[in-house]
Amino acid sequence: MRLILILILSLIVGCNVGIGQQRFFIERASISFFSDGVIEDIAAKNDKVTSIFDVHQGDIAYLLNVSDFQFDKKLMQVHFNEKYMESEKYPKSSFQGKIIGFDPSSSGIQKVKAVGKLTIHGVTKEVEFPGTAEVRNNQLYLKSRFVVKLKDYNIKVPQIVWQNIAQQVEVTVDFNYRPL
Amino acid sequence: MKKIIALLFLPVVSFAQDNDLLKELEKENKDTGYTIATFKGTRLVNGHSVETKNAGTLEFIFAHRFGRVNDGLYEMYGLDQAYVRLGLDYGITDNLSVSIGRNSADKIMDGYLKYKLLRQSTGEKNFPVTVTVLGGTAYSISPKRDNEPDGFKTVDRLAYTGQFLIARKFTSNLSLQIMPTYIHKNAVDQSKEKNDQLAIGVGGRIKITRSVALTSEYYYRLDAPDNDLFDEGSKRYNSVGFGVDIETGGHVFQLVLTNTSSLTERTFITETKGDFFDGDIHLGFNVTRTFQLKKKK
Repeated sequence: MRLILILILSLIVGCNVGIGQQRFFIERASISFFSDGVIEDIAAKNDKVTSIFDVHQGDIAYLLNVSDFQFDKKLMQVHFNEKYMESEKYPKSSFQGKIIGFDPSSSGIQKVKAVGKLTIHGVTKEVEFPGTAEVRNNQLYLKSRFVVKLKDYNIKVPQIVWQNIAQQVEVTVDFNYRPL
Repeated sequence: MKKIIALLFLPVVSFAQDNDLLKELEKENKDTGYTIATFKGTRLVNGHSVETKNAGTLEFIFAHRFGRVNDGLYEMYGLDQAYVRLGLDYGITDNLSVSIGRNSADKIMDGYLKYKLLRQSTGEKNFPVTVTVLGGTAYSISPKRDNEPDGFKTVDRLAYTGQFLIARKFTSNLSLQIMPTYIHKNAVDQSKEKNDQLAIGVGGRIKITRSVALTSEYYYRLDAPDNDLFDEGSKRYNSVGFGVDIETGGHVFQLVLTNTSSLTERTFITETKGDFFDGDIHLGFNVTRTFQLKKKK
């Protein structure tokens, strides 16, 4: 009886360690976006994104503070937070979903797909976007580029500056994970 | 046996918990959220707001007050006269700004240093208000050197302002500010006013849409003398002002109604000549344009 117990216990412990090794935590991340307007381009970058990727299950999530997006023009950054993203009301943006088509054992750049829920400006949408994955030096690199339509997330651009702000932005995701 | 069965479920349970990755990230996310945009401009109506310019940002301020609307048709209800302040504000760091300006009224050159001491925040660090400290100097170019009265010294042209600007953004639409103010004038008529004067200002803004806000500002002089008159015998008043802020891109337009034609603390706090409620109202504008001179690496 006791032997069985020990056996099971060791199994559980072993199992948990195994899961632990399957998980990757963010080492260095950036999410940037770009939109070309008639008068000026709008670009910003967030280097403070956190993310976890569970290789075993294919689960992935990221979380960021909207106010961490850095603009070259500081006034633009204030307007972005105050008028468009309303970051006091909706301070965070996140993604939760799965990476499909990732084989951790193969080397080289693989084409993968992310499917899940993207939350921006308090609005959550089911999304799917393409990307690449690569395992190199025991680190994992995920990259993706996709387009977000402002209308989908209830982000209103006032008439007066509409020429200045495109109706959609191109988002670039560049994540670098290490094993947890 | 029951124990073993219970144990068997353990890894499953912990596994399920482990996999709500977003919840885990949220648990770790303990950043402090600093309040931004308590006011749209660095000026509330006539005086300063807690806002400073960000690092490397230059703001050109063109402020302008017409004459009094009750001057009648002959003065085109005040539009025939104009008092102007041309100014530049620059952000040395995100919290420290310098400002210079030239007022046409009394030909005053002014300069300010403005430092954001504390920022309103929530999250890991909680603080209820934003506190900015302001120091200012005003130098009157009038009277002309040739017309100086006997015994007039150059230092008599100087006056100083010290202010604490304390503001809280209660909601995204409502911000209130109080401004304890100290003014020192090197030369005054001792029988009518003191060299050192104290005032307390209150002000606020209500946002109507995300680009338009209503503002107001009132400075109460704490130790106004009983004989509260100017040399020529007219009465002194506390300054009061109301405004509408309209923001478009890099511009802020502030449309103002106030009882003073002055645009620097020394004069609008201690030398306001108009009675707002008797119709001595000046229509005015503050127009700002922001330029980003330095870019972040």
